[in-house]
Amino acid sequence: MRHIISILIENESGALSRVAGLFSARGYNIESLTVAPTEDESLSRMTIVTCGSEEIIEQITKQLNKLIDVVKLIDLAGAPHVERELMLLKVKTTDQDRGEIKRIADIFRGRIIDVTSTTYVIEMTGPSDKLDAFIDALDKEKIIEVVRSGPTGISRGEKGLHL
Amino acid sequence: MELNGAQIVVQSLIDEGVEYIFGYPGGAVLHLYDAIFQQKELKHILVRHEQGATHAADAYARATGKAGVVLVTSGPGATNAITGIATAYMDSIPMVVISGQVPSPVIGSDAFQEVDMIGISRPCVKHNFLVKDVTKIAETMKKAFHVAMTGRPGPVVIDVPKDITDPRIKVPYKYPRKVTMRSYNPAVLGHKGQIKKAVELLLSAQRPMIYSGGGVILGEASDELTEMTRLLGYPITNTLMGLGAFPATDPQFVGMLGMHGTYEANMGMHESDVLLAVGARFDDRVTGKLAEFCPHARIIHIDVDPASISKTVRVDVPIVGQVKPVLEHMIELIKDSKTKPSKKALEAWWEQIDKWRSIKCLEYDRNSPLIKPQYVIEQLYEVTKGNAYVTSDVGQHQMYAAQYYHFDKPRRWINSGGLGTMGFGLPAAIGVKLAFPDADVACVTGEASIQMCIQELSTALQYKTPVKIVNLNNRYMGMVRQWQEFSYESRYSHSYMDTIPDFVKLAEAYGHVGMYIDKPEDVRPALEEAFAMKDRTVFMDIITDRTENVYPMIESGKGHHDMKLRVALGTPTDRELA
Repeated sequence: MRHIISILIENESGALSRVAGLFSARGYNIESLTVAPTEDESLSRMTIVTCGSEEIIEQITKQLNKLIDVVKLIDLAGAPHVERELMLLKVKTTDQDRGEIKRIADIFRGRIIDVTSTTYVIEMTGPSDKLDAFIDALDKEKIIEVVRSGPTGISRGEKGLHL
Repeated sequence: MELNGAQIVVQSLIDEGVEYIFGYPGGAVLHLYDAIFQQKELKHILVRHEQGATHAADAYARATGKAGVVLVTSGPGATNAITGIATAYMDSIPMVVISGQVPSPVIGSDAFQEVDMIGISRPCVKHNFLVKDVTKIAETMKKAFHVAMTGRPGPVVIDVPKDITDPRIKVPYKYPRKVTMRSYNPAVLGHKGQIKKAVELLLSAQRPMIYSGGGVILGEASDELTEMTRLLGYPITNTLMGLGAFPATDPQFVGMLGMHGTYEANMGMHESDVLLAVGARFDDRVTGKLAEFCPHARIIHIDVDPASISKTVRVDVPIVGQVKPVLEHMIELIKDSKTKPSKKALEAWWEQIDKWRSIKCLEYDRNSPLIKPQYVIEQLYEVTKGNAYVTSDVGQHQMYAAQYYHFDKPRRWINSGGLGTMGFGLPAAIGVKLAFPDADVACVTGEASIQMCIQELSTALQYKTPVKIVNLNNRYMGMVRQWQEFSYESRYSHSYMDTIPDFVKLAEAYGHVGMYIDKPEDVRPALEEAFAMKDRTVFMDIITDRTENVYPMIESGKGHHDMKLRVALGTPTDRELA
C-alpha cells in the first residue's frame, strides 16, 4: 500500500543522505522524496512516498524515527489529509492545436506560464492522479518535457506536525 | 579557560572520564597528537593497525560498560577503522571514534588522504558528526558520548578537519555537564499496561522459555534477569551475545540457543507456549527458519529499540524500554501476583527438558589420540576457574568457547557476534587487559583468524598486557571447511592455507612466549604454565583434530527442531524423547 511519510528533520548537512541511505541500505522503496526548510530555519520538512506491506511500513517508520536527526514523523496515509504535487510540462504547439491544448489545460486548472511560437509551458498542481490524467489527455508526441515535484501533503484539521 | 581545538578534544575526553584512547597518528591528527603529548591524564595506546584500535576500544567497552574511544587519521586511517566500527555497531557497543579530516577549505577536492568519512561510516554508526567550528567541539563531544551510551548503544564518529584543531586558534572552553537533543529521547520505562499484560501471560504459561540476549548485558540487568528467572523457576537460554547474563552453571540454564545452540535450548524454544525475549533481536542465527520459529508460542519482547520489535518475528506483547527498569517492575508484579506458575505444568515441562538434556548434545570423543578443541576449552575453564575474560575471533573456536566455557558473569565473554569479524580477538584481549590488569584474559582463536590482526602482538608487548592466546590450530578455516563438508560434498575450496607461520617463533619474534602443544596430555600443564606466567603474553599453538565439527547445528533454512547432531549420538527419535 502507498504511504506518505512526513518528517521533521534537523536542517543539517547530511540529513538527506541519512534518510536516502536508510532506504537504499534496507531495500525500501522510495517513489518520491521532497524536502525544503520550514518556517523554523533549523528544521526541514521531508515528504516521502513509499509503498510496502504493513510490516515494512512499520519498519520504515521505526527506522526513520531511530535516525538521530529525525525530530518527528507521521504517516499521513493513516488519517484524513490533502496532498498536492506540482508539475511543469512543456509541449510543442502549432497554430492549429494551440487553442485545443489551452482548453484541455483549462479543464485541468493548469496555467500556461511560458509561451514561445512553438511551445507552451504549463503549470499544474493537484493530486498525482490528476497530473497523470492530464498527461494522458495530451498527445504523447507533443510532450517535450515533464517535471514533477513528487507529492507533498498535510493533515486535515487542527493537528499538525510541529515541535 | 582558553584552549585550542586540539586541546579541547583532549580535555573533553578527560572531562568525560576517558582513561584510554586507542589510536594511530597521521597528518590530519598531528595537532591532536601534539595535545596528547603535552598532558598526562589521558593514556594513549598506540596500535599497529587502526582495525586493532577499534577492536581494543570496543572490547574495553564490552568489559567495562564505559564507551571505548578511538583516534585515527583521515583517509586510510579512517577506512581501516570501518571494520571495527561496523563490528561495534552490529553488537550495539558504545564507542566514540574521532577521525581526522583534511582541512575544511580543501574538503571535497580529493586532497591527500581525504575520504568522505561521514559518508563511508554512515551505514555503520549510530550517528556521526562533522565538526565545522572550533567553538562546537566540546558540545559535539558531549553529544557523541551521550548518543553512544544511551538508548540502544552504538558507535559514534566525530570527523574533525585539521584546521579546526589549529593550535593558534584559541577559544573559551567549558565541557557541558549535560546535553539535550530535541530529536533524541530514548525510552526508559516500559508501558505499565504492557508490563502487566506480559506478567499475566508469563504466569499463565505451561511451557515457558526465557530467551535473553546482549541487551541484558548492555543494560546492566543481569541481576534482575537472574532474580526473575529464579523466582519463576523457568528454563532460560542465552544468545551468543547474552552469555553470562544468567549463570551458565545454574540448573535453570539450558545453554545457548540458535545455529550451534544446545538440543534442549532449541527444542525448548520450539515447544514453548510462552516465550519471553529480553534484550535480544531475533537474529537469523538464533531463529533459524522464520516460518517455523516457536510455532506454539505467544511472545513477549522487551527491548530498548522499538525498531527491534516485530522486525523479523511478530510479537504479541511488545515492551519498549530499558531492560533493567522493566525487569524490576516485572519482578514486583510477579511477587505481588496471586497467580503463581503452575507447579504441575512446570514439573512436566522440566521433565521434558531433562529428557532432551539427557542426549548430552555437547558430548565428544574423549578418547581421541588427537587434541579435541572442546577439551581445550574445558581445560581452559578449569584452569582459570571460570573467572577469565575470554575474547574470541570468529569461527569454530568461537562456538567451542561459547559452548564449553561456562560464563557465570556478564561482560566476561567478548566476541564479535553480529558482524562476525575475524581479527577481533587479539586486540580485544589487549583492550580488556588494560581495563582489568589483574584479571586472566584469554584470547581463544584459530590459526586463520589470529593472522588477521597478529600485528597487535607488538602492541601487547609495548603496553605490557600479558594475555594468553589459545590458538586452536586445525590447519583449516574450520567453519568454512565444516560448511563445505556438509553442503559442498567436501570440496574444500580455499579453506586451508598451504603455509602457516611457525607461531612459536612468531610469538618469540614479537617478544613473547610461544608454546607448541600437540598431545592431549600436554594441554592442561601448558595452560597452567601459561597462566602462571602473570607478566608474559603467551601464545599457545595447540594442534587440534582437523576434522572436528561444531555440533549441534541447525543448517541454514531449517527450524529449531531440525538439528544436526554428532553422528555418534544418532538422531533421537520422538519415541526415545517422548
